[in-house]
Amino acid sequence: MAIHPIIRALRRHKAGVLLIVLQIALTLAIVCNAIFIVAQRIARVERPTGAQEAGLIRISQTWLDAPEGDGTATVEALDALQRTDLATLRQLPDVLDVAASDSMPLQGAIWSADLRLKPDQRHASTQAALYYGDEHMLPTLGLRLIAGRNFTASEIDHHTIRSTQAAPVVIVTKAVADSMFPSGDALGKTIYLDVRPSTIVGIVERLQTPTVAPWGNRWAYNSILLPVRLDGSSASYALRVRPGRARAVMRAARAALFALNPVREMPDTWGIQTMQQIRSKAYRGDRGTAILLGTVCVILLCVTAAGIVGLTSFWVDQRRRQIGIRRALGARRIDILHYFQIENLLIAGAGVVLGVLLAAVISFWLMTHYAMPRMPLSYLLAGVLVMLGLGQLAVFVPARRASNVPPVVATRSV
Amino acid sequence: MFGYYLDLALRSLKRSRGLTALMVLSIGLGVASCMTTLAVFRAASGDPIPWKSSRLFVPQMGIWQESARNADGEPLDALTYTDAMALMRDHRAARQSAIYAIAPAVFPARSGQHPSTVGGYAVYGEFFRMLDVPFLYGQGWTSQEDAAAAPVVVLSRALNLKAFGGIDSVGRMLDVSGHDYRVVGVTDDWNPQPVFYDVFGSGGFTPEGPGLFMPFTRAIAAKLSNGRTACDKEPTQPGFAGLKQSDCVWITFVAQLDSAAAARAYRRYLDDYAGEQRRAGRFGGKPNNRLRDLPAFLDAEHVVPGDTKVMLLVALGLLVVCLVNTVGLLLAKFLRRSAEIGVRRALGAPRGAIHAQFLTEAGVIGLAGGTLGLGLTWLGMIEIRLVLPPRLAALAQLDGSLLLATMATAVLCTVLAGLYPSFRAARVQPAWQLKSS
Repeated sequence: MAIHPIIRALRRHKAGVLLIVLQIALTLAIVCNAIFIVAQRIARVERPTGAQEAGLIRISQTWLDAPEGDGTATVEALDALQRTDLATLRQLPDVLDVAASDSMPLQGAIWSADLRLKPDQRHASTQAALYYGDEHMLPTLGLRLIAGRNFTASEIDHHTIRSTQAAPVVIVTKAVADSMFPSGDALGKTIYLDVRPSTIVGIVERLQTPTVAPWGNRWAYNSILLPVRLDGSSASYALRVRPGRARAVMRAARAALFALNPVREMPDTWGIQTMQQIRSKAYRGDRGTAILLGTVCVILLCVTAAGIVGLTSFWVDQRRRQIGIRRALGARRIDILHYFQIENLLIAGAGVVLGVLLAAVISFWLMTHYAMPRMPLSYLLAGVLVMLGLGQLAVFVPARRASNVPPVVATRSV
Repeated sequence: MFGYYLDLALRSLKRSRGLTALMVLSIGLGVASCMTTLAVFRAASGDPIPWKSSRLFVPQMGIWQESARNADGEPLDALTYTDAMALMRDHRAARQSAIYAIAPAVFPARSGQHPSTVGGYAVYGEFFRMLDVPFLYGQGWTSQEDAAAAPVVVLSRALNLKAFGGIDSVGRMLDVSGHDYRVVGVTDDWNPQPVFYDVFGSGGFTPEGPGLFMPFTRAIAAKLSNGRTACDKEPTQPGFAGLKQSDCVWITFVAQLDSAAAARAYRRYLDDYAGEQRRAGRFGGKPNNRLRDLPAFLDAEHVVPGDTKVMLLVALGLLVVCLVNTVGLLLAKFLRRSAEIGVRRALGAPRGAIHAQFLTEAGVIGLAGGTLGLGLTWLGMIEIRLVLPPRLAALAQLDGSLLLATMATAVLCTVLAGLYPSFRAARVQPAWQLKSS
């Protein structure tokens, strides 16, 4: 079919054509970038923590009548409280392992330290999240040890967070090992946590830090396990339970701990949670953003499709007589259908060309203002195909109506 | 005349129901998505204390070595204990307060209420007057009580309800982390967003306001532990004493300076103080002090979540697309009636009358779109509350001004969208139209 007459006809509807082109261009540009943001959020939400999340429970609680101060007697009293809790939890049915574990991936509260190879090194090599806990922490979290060993019971120390004691041994993640010792010989080496020296005795494959905040993104897998039960008026524990028994254990643990000491705070909101609950809370913002942006994208595509249907319908109505004449002169239904489809392809084609340029501009702007990565070309390509497809889909209904115009219309006056 | 145009508009809209519905839906969706995201953005970027923000200042000092500084070169947004105390002692501002977050255990006097930890702040007595904290009963404490580290406490309305059943509890005693504190005041609901007096610790937004306040000096004496702490070097001594002597920052500070001259003087004082400390070897790196008023401080702190901005931009984009869509549909709709316009023009209607007629029609669509938009905005708010974290979701409030803005935006946008189509319609040549039919 000749394109020439189509273009001639379009020139009589400059404003309408321009509006659809503009609409398609804007829709393409916005949807491409929004979907790219959504895809990044999904990738972020789906990254593994390194812990075996099914069957993992965190208990976090505060003794409201805890002894005050930071003297030795207080620290010992606090540690006794914690050990009693741990022993009680260990007795519960369906509990496979229990650990003193101050932090939990994705949970939010974080202790961190700068890492150095030498104590007098000016710029820190990198930083890492500190996981304080006992020798049960590694198996309870379900971390995969890829080199070295776990802590032994005799290595476990206990003190408050404001202590200045160094931990003689630590277990690091592969991410820490690789960034501090690129040649792969981290095991047995000494690193400085701020200024305090520790020897690496084990390397775990992966353990995400407790924070998902933007400032922690660069070192999301830099974690270090310290053989320290952290003493304070609050203490947190990790429980590994038999599959499917999480709910029952949570009920039993609540009852057992309150029976032991009722003057403690352990609310439903953050006191006892499964790892799944922690995950869902941590990524609520990301998921929310993805859902909202997705909603807007769907609305955008619908509005644009509806706009194409509306304007094409108008053109079909306006050209009923011409269509009738063409039909009378021998054009088949399929010719009329094709006419409108090709017309739409031309308009949408112009729209996507403009849209691709616009999308690139927006992407560049997002890169400079929001430190977003560059949008891969595949998104643009997919966007172009979707917009062209959407145009064809939207034009089909009015185009078919046009093809149904009977030739006899040509002989009638309006 | 307007009544007649209105009648014409309604008739015309009824004639092509599909197209009308499409336009109304398009305007409604565009406006609703904009208003929903705007509600969150407005609250997040709003001025938490508009009547006074230009007179409230946040002193910041760069005290660490260059290597420990933020990449953007901004000084820390909190102070060490030593520096906060020095600023309090010199007292160069009209009103000022060092502030730190506490979460002591509270044992309610009322039977049947469980003890719990309550988030609050250790502040100076001037804090309440400086930030115009509203009081239900009593008031803040005096500077004598500050100096004496007196065991007094100001409760929030919520905590007063829990601990005392909501009565005027001034003068009553409350057990806070094992010690008796005398209640001197009860605040009304007070939770300005962003939490400008503690951006360092709160990150900007909290769904619940502070539950209690106590004298800073008292909290220090009772060694009440603080929230966020940022250190360059670890404290050399353990415990709370070590934290107080360290160069770790954990205390925020707000000062009220009533004139430009006062602000200048304070800035000079801050520079002098920092210079002195640098000479004494306490501060490292190059001088890097700031004294920003509240709006400038919140801007520099980037408290508005980036997501909110991106979402607002995307929603604005949607509105633009919806407008373009409406322009196209209105154009189609108006030009379809060329014959009718021709007759009206031939019968003597001036161009202005055609304009008025079609803009009225556009306005009616806008009004309908706005009404739909109101409903959709309400749905949008529900979606926001369902999917966003509570601290942000709490910001999304539907209020009168937002409803008005939704309606006004819808009508204004549609009339704007109707300008070009009505201009085209008014240019219809009567003779040509009459001849052709």
